[in-house]
Amino acid sequence: MTEEPKSSLPPPAPAPPKPAAPAKPAGPVPVPWTSALAEKYQARHGSSLEALTYLGQNYFVVDRSLIPGMLQLLRDEDQFDYCVDITAVHYPKREKQFDVLWVLYSFVRNERIRVKTQIADGESLPSVVRIWPTANWLEREVYDMFGIKFDGHPDLKRILLPDGWKGHPLRKDYSILQQDQEWVQINLGIESGQ
Amino acid sequence: MNAQADPENALTNLDLETSERPHLDSNELIINMGPQHPATHGVLRVILRLDGEKVLGTECVIGYLHRGVEKIGENRTYTMFNPYVDRMDYVAAVSNGLGYCQTVEKLLNVEAPPRANYVRVILTELNRIASHQLWLGTHALDIGAMTPLFYTFRDREEILKIFEKYCGARLTTHAFRIGGCQYETYRGFEKEVKNYLQYLAPHIDEYEELLTTNRIWLERTKKVGVISAADAIALGVTGPVLRASGVKWDIRKAQPYANYSAFDFDIPTGENGDTYDRYLVRMAEMRQSLRIIEQAVNGIPEGPIMAKVPKVIKPPVGEVYHSIEAPKGELGYFIVSDGSTQPYRVRVRPPSFVNLQALDIMVRGLLVADVVAVIGTLDIVLGEVDR
Repeated sequence: MTEEPKSSLPPPAPAPPKPAAPAKPAGPVPVPWTSALAEKYQARHGSSLEALTYLGQNYFVVDRSLIPGMLQLLRDEDQFDYCVDITAVHYPKREKQFDVLWVLYSFVRNERIRVKTQIADGESLPSVVRIWPTANWLEREVYDMFGIKFDGHPDLKRILLPDGWKGHPLRKDYSILQQDQEWVQINLGIESGQ
Repeated sequence: MNAQADPENALTNLDLETSERPHLDSNELIINMGPQHPATHGVLRVILRLDGEKVLGTECVIGYLHRGVEKIGENRTYTMFNPYVDRMDYVAAVSNGLGYCQTVEKLLNVEAPPRANYVRVILTELNRIASHQLWLGTHALDIGAMTPLFYTFRDREEILKIFEKYCGARLTTHAFRIGGCQYETYRGFEKEVKNYLQYLAPHIDEYEELLTTNRIWLERTKKVGVISAADAIALGVTGPVLRASGVKWDIRKAQPYANYSAFDFDIPTGENGDTYDRYLVRMAEMRQSLRIIEQAVNGIPEGPIMAKVPKVIKPPVGEVYHSIEAPKGELGYFIVSDGSTQPYRVRVRPPSFVNLQALDIMVRGLLVADVVAVIGTLDIVLGEVDR
């Protein structure tokens, strides 16, 4: 703090707030999740699995090799009979670019968990359609939007975009204004859809 | 509930190998229903494989209304994206907004104040009634009963008037904000809501008088589009469709949000999982909504309507899944925050999309005319299916 008016040089006043800013975002962080369910899977899979909880929501971060075996067990042994959602998140700067998530719910336990794994671009995942038939369209949507392939899916093709479309729009390198110009010109007979 | 009674059976029932297509013989006919078809409630295209009038199999072609809502979400701030969610299920825009706002609130770790929660419950339940009314009118119209449409639209109008007075919009309301509600209730709000409760109760009886024991209605809906509880769960079906199959599950009770735990209401369920039971469940749900609204409107507490949230919303790094019981089923949002003003990823888990997947097993073996009834009974909104 420069209180003296006599000092002629204007001190860099915005300097003090700057170091304060990075200290502030001390938001909640994921903490280990302790429960019978978490312990069971930790005992079984050890280091290839992490059980975490964030804002009261529990999830497993697992190695890709545990899919689909672990999901099968969650349904068969732990009654996670309802697959709520399957989705992905793209992190282009990471080596393993995609997070793929399964949101599961158990009617008997009234409990919701997520299972998350990481895969690299071009890597595929086993389909869970045989575990939860609802995964059929959900996996097709993930394929459509991210280009992640699911092995063993009965009919893996685009669902929301037209069949001949090129590109996967929810990847981060796909700009919001981008489109398959060629498809638009051939199929809609116009120069551009923008 | 016997969901886990025989999961194996559920899977074998569901004939996963739809891709196998025997070549056409003289009895088989492939017909396109839609995308321009009045009974598909928008632009749904169903490819029907028929043997005479009998449906052998279907394939849904969707995406005609796809506008990349999730991508838009990644390119807007949290506040800017709020009105977009109204445009998914546009007949239940208030529910969409509630789900989104609550998910962001969860990320921010703030809670809406009690007064806001009461207003939210009242408007959401009014919207549930409006959504069911629109469903009933159009569903009955598809099947051939024209009168209910006039009745339900007459009564739905009054709800839309309340919305319009509250926030200026009838359909895409944008009624809620992250942290609470933007607007204080207008003068006379409570009275108008109470009047509406008085007004609607006998009118629901009137709808039922037209249909519940109507011979034609019974013929067209009983044992049509049956789905068992196990199949419904395996296919991820939620909402009234799941409850009509006998699963007593409602997120408002199972994992209460807003302040639903404070209200006394029942979860109506069906037994047979057919179109008629789904009709009865939705009718009963309207009555339950009236009960909830009545308790809420009599108990609105005083106090602030907005929680203290920063002007610029920047949730800490993290990811959250939150879901609510929308009129059509489980509406979930999965939002990933990277600590910036824009969500890193917004995933919407739309109930209509997942429920529509059940169409195939529900219509197999039925007649073409029943496909119309089953599409109606699923209560899909294509704006939400395609996003």
